[in-house]
Amino acid sequence: MAATDTAMDPHVDAHHHENGEDWSGGKEPFRISYGKLMMWYFLVSDAFTFAGFLIAYGALRFSSPSWPVPDFVFKTAPFGIDNVPLGFVTLMSFLLIISSVTMVRGVQEGHRENKKGALIWVLLTALGGLGFLSCQAWEWTNLIATEHMSVTRNPFGTHTEHGVYLNPDGSESKETFINGKGYLIHKFDPAHAGGESHGEGHGGEHVAYEKGDHPGYFMDAQGFVHRKFKVTEGADAGKVKMEEFGPRAFGALFFFITGFHGFHVLTGVLILLIVAINIASGLYVERRNGYEMVEKIGLYWHFVDLVWVFVFLVFYLL
Amino acid sequence: MANVAINPTVTHEEKLIEDYGYDDHFHDHHHGDKYQSNFITTYIFSQDHKIIAKQFLITGMFWAIIGGLMSLVFRLQLGFPEESLAWLKPFLGKWIVVNPESGMGSLSPDFYYALVTMHGTIIVFFVLTAGLSGTFSNLLIPLQVGARDMASPLLNMMSYWFFFLASVVMFFSLFLSTGPFSGGWTAYPPLSILPQASSGSASGMTFWLISLVFFVVSVLLGGINYITTVLNLRTKGMNMWRMPLTIWAFFITAIIGLLSFPVLASGFFLVMFDRSLGTSFFLSDIYIGGKALEHVGGSPVLYQHLFWFLGHPEVYIIILPAMGIVSEVLAVHSRKPIFGYKAMVFSMLAIAFLSFIVWAHHMFMSGVNPFISNFFVIFTLIIAVPSAVKVFNWISTLFRGNIRFTAAILFAIGFVSMFISGGLTGIFLGNSAIDIQLHDTYFVVAHFHIVMGVAAFFGMFAGVYHWFPKMYGRFMNEALGKIHFWGTIIGAYLIFWPMHYTGMAGVPRRYYRFDTFQAFSHFDELNQFITIAAIVTFAFQLLLVINFFYSIWYGKKVTEKNPWGATTLEWTTPIKPGHGNWPGKIPTVQRWAYDYSKGGRDFIPQIEPLAEGEKDEAAH
Repeated sequence: MAATDTAMDPHVDAHHHENGEDWSGGKEPFRISYGKLMMWYFLVSDAFTFAGFLIAYGALRFSSPSWPVPDFVFKTAPFGIDNVPLGFVTLMSFLLIISSVTMVRGVQEGHRENKKGALIWVLLTALGGLGFLSCQAWEWTNLIATEHMSVTRNPFGTHTEHGVYLNPDGSESKETFINGKGYLIHKFDPAHAGGESHGEGHGGEHVAYEKGDHPGYFMDAQGFVHRKFKVTEGADAGKVKMEEFGPRAFGALFFFITGFHGFHVLTGVLILLIVAINIASGLYVERRNGYEMVEKIGLYWHFVDLVWVFVFLVFYLL
Repeated sequence: MANVAINPTVTHEEKLIEDYGYDDHFHDHHHGDKYQSNFITTYIFSQDHKIIAKQFLITGMFWAIIGGLMSLVFRLQLGFPEESLAWLKPFLGKWIVVNPESGMGSLSPDFYYALVTMHGTIIVFFVLTAGLSGTFSNLLIPLQVGARDMASPLLNMMSYWFFFLASVVMFFSLFLSTGPFSGGWTAYPPLSILPQASSGSASGMTFWLISLVFFVVSVLLGGINYITTVLNLRTKGMNMWRMPLTIWAFFITAIIGLLSFPVLASGFFLVMFDRSLGTSFFLSDIYIGGKALEHVGGSPVLYQHLFWFLGHPEVYIIILPAMGIVSEVLAVHSRKPIFGYKAMVFSMLAIAFLSFIVWAHHMFMSGVNPFISNFFVIFTLIIAVPSAVKVFNWISTLFRGNIRFTAAILFAIGFVSMFISGGLTGIFLGNSAIDIQLHDTYFVVAHFHIVMGVAAFFGMFAGVYHWFPKMYGRFMNEALGKIHFWGTIIGAYLIFWPMHYTGMAGVPRRYYRFDTFQAFSHFDELNQFITIAAIVTFAFQLLLVINFFYSIWYGKKVTEKNPWGATTLEWTTPIKPGHGNWPGKIPTVQRWAYDYSKGGRDFIPQIEPLAEGEKDEAAH
């Protein structure tokens, strides 16, 4: 593709800049090739796509009376780690940021026309991207299979009052909570006798729950156990209420936006691998514009990183 | 440098290119051949910008005919609701319901809405975006900036074929048993999301979405290419202030498209999720048959924001190329420099900027905060300023010009007329208080058809008549062109002028019939009149189609390179330019694009060096 394209550029010959006179139009207003320029314009348009999503996120989030607490939702990690808020996502983000550093090195080695160096750093970048994607795969698996979040159902809620939980028999427990504390509605799986299938992190007491309305909890048709609690302060003090599902837009937006970003990373990894093959085959040694392809994928890769910073900000920090 | 033996057959222009041109050794590399080595690479999967332009134009004409015919069918329903449409049954099949007893055939209401929706979608996106900007950006950008082709001919070709793919999917949706999408071209939820909402909301909407996502890809590929070509591939001497206004218009249009279409794509992706995965981005609290749907927490107004963030810039994506073409055609055929060249550029830039901060004036009645509306009212009304600057400059260009009344300039003047008439009603509609009465009435229909529908078509026609000789090496028939013009401008005013009155009386748009509204019964004859005017005006468009295709093969041959006596670079190419546009050197540019009637000469081409003591007009 690049070979046919550059053939159309009338100014790639060495003839321009003759006499050093003012070009006044013509080549290189920004001193970069048209290929990199086009990549920049694509990234601008892609930024607007993500901006559309993030604005939708903001609009839906701030029209919702409550929103899940990120420190509570994202506190699990593999190997049974269940109470390190944002620990796992920090690792993910670190992998992606580091892969930007390796990308910079790859571009640098490309400039130096060091085939071996460029190959190694591009492969390391792809590895970083793959690592990020693997982490995202685990995170999604945990949210979907273990915590039963989906695009239409969000079991993560947030208390809007102070209160105290009830025991299954309806008596007051010692477990109190304050306004703004997050909760997860567990799904009771009768197959695991006496236990809950929520697994990692969001533990509760091991009680055999039954379907229907009970003094201390309500189990709905899908097996979600909504715990009941007594409000202790405010206008509704003394009333018994039940945990409700959180705003479902949370799950939909989370999977949609992180999925769309993950798709970008996946595309980037695939292109990085193709670039790596082309480096190894010596293609860029022959090309007139050398290792420019490495630079172009580099621009894309940094952009995907930058988008993650915003996604990370809105989903995990705010 | 000028060691070429003077050949008596070499024209003044050819000699200028030979003397001052820039040799890029394009034809030494023989890479032209692989683009045009056989029929398929020459005419079908062509990477040559001139062929791609023709592909966009002819596909656009195909869609214009379909979109126009659709409007005639629903105009028949609006004008003559009591007449039998049974004669349309062979064409529309089950969408014409024939009463077995009376034999009376009536248009199915579902299909009426589908026709209205498809008419809008097709004309806005496929004809006036792809057919107008796609055609002339492709044809003129490389030719007028002095480039061999687009920056990336491959992406350029893909841009057309994504448009083609979008066309195929949309065309296919016309034949679905449930009909094409019928929820309006804006595709507001919930009609666009709930498959059970109407018959067209099922598969019809799925096809519509797929088609338009392909279309967005096409626009982005094209736009990236146009911007890069204008910035990076200009020939020596062609600085920004020497570019013809056509190039400025296409350039600014491409920037607007690049920034607004991705946001539309965001909205469409979210709609897809709502439709197929059960999310609730745009839906909340909907009851069907007394039963609440599962969808809660979304916001239909959010979709409207995302849609109109494209939707408003989109009307400038449509009108700016027409403005550029009109500026060029007016200057060439009135033999005068365009009046206020820099003011034209700055007003286009101002319009482009403002177009991004006025979108909610489409939503005054959608429940947006009235205080927010103030902001949008003010910026909407400010757009009148750069628009008026442009109109003033066009009229001043014509003033005391040595006008040649060709079909091209007639349509360009018609554009100015339409733009004034439709622009004035925009001042009414941009006011959120008056909009309470006028929104969703035929006043709106009249406004946008005149100001961006008919006007943009006029710009397109002006461009077709003017650049047809460059495209096919033959002229179109001028007499037919003039008949086409008078039929179209009179017809268009007859169709849309009366709609202002019905609109001010409150007649709502999109309604299938009005006979249950006693208040509107005195408009029955007016509606019939509009319908007849529409049929006649459509018939006049067939003159263009006949003229166009007849002239491709049998039109009067062009015998000189520069038949209009224009200054710009495209007329320095051979009559039928081959791949690479110029056979030898690339011309270099020595002056701005509008040196008409200067220094006792009719025109001075851009490639001619400034005379001793002469100043470049663009510099001041």
